[in-house]
Amino acid sequence: MAGTKDNGPRPAAERSDAELVASCRAGDDRAWAELVERYSRYVYAISVQGFRLSPHDAEDVFQDTFARIYDRLDGLRDDEAFRPWLAQLTRRICLDRLRESGRTEPFEETAQLEDAADALERIDEALVVRDALGGLSVNCREILDRFFARDESYRTIGAALDLPPGTIASRISRCLGSLRERLEGRKPVAVES
Amino acid sequence: MTTSSYDESRLGALLRTLPPAPTGLVAAAAELPQTRRDLARIVQLADEDAAFRRALLEDLESALRQAGVEPDRIVVEELRKRFRA
Repeated sequence: MAGTKDNGPRPAAERSDAELVASCRAGDDRAWAELVERYSRYVYAISVQGFRLSPHDAEDVFQDTFARIYDRLDGLRDDEAFRPWLAQLTRRICLDRLRESGRTEPFEETAQLEDAADALERIDEALVVRDALGGLSVNCREILDRFFARDESYRTIGAALDLPPGTIASRISRCLGSLRERLEGRKPVAVES
Repeated sequence: MTTSSYDESRLGALLRTLPPAPTGLVAAAAELPQTRRDLARIVQLADEDAAFRRALLEDLESALRQAGVEPDRIVVEELRKRFRA
């Protein structure tokens, strides 16, 4: 099997989308769980930030999107194109939801469409950053995710990671430096873990 | 490709753009393969056991729980579609 070494397949989190999709087709539940984990924030952000759906509608879109993806994996022609396929399907389901709730008219106004396009562009860029985050040390990933994405305080982060709260700010700064270097194609400097 | 403008504030803003989705939703989506297998088992059981089929038609959620399946929205809607036909 492609991507399999003598000592067994790599952990799901290290595999490419195409490898995970192939494993899902072969009945690997962990590969599916990893795909969901990898894209759950993306799908949710598209519906809430891109299309401004209510939390209730966003939940329905989320469930419907992953259910359809799961049911249609066999029909995906190019496994490398999983991400754009998922994005397109999510956007289509969001628009269906808006139509069902009679909210498409305001959304068809130019300003609304431009806002949505900007938000979707920002979400795609955020996903690139998140991919790069995956290449940092576990500690950096945790600190940056907890501080920025989960909006946790220094105190909460310090307690969770057993770090003095007074050191969190400097660690965040160093980890952001590593993340930037990674995004700009330079080898990140080792950050204390 | 423009990748030279990732200053700290921009990186922070982009990281904030993708907060976690609700935990329960993510867990339910991750369990879809098992949910689908449960669904197939329930349909087969209903095909083979008339009493179970009647129980499903009378009170879908209770019958599912008795069969050991959590009646989440996807399972319930799918079964309603199948048994309505």
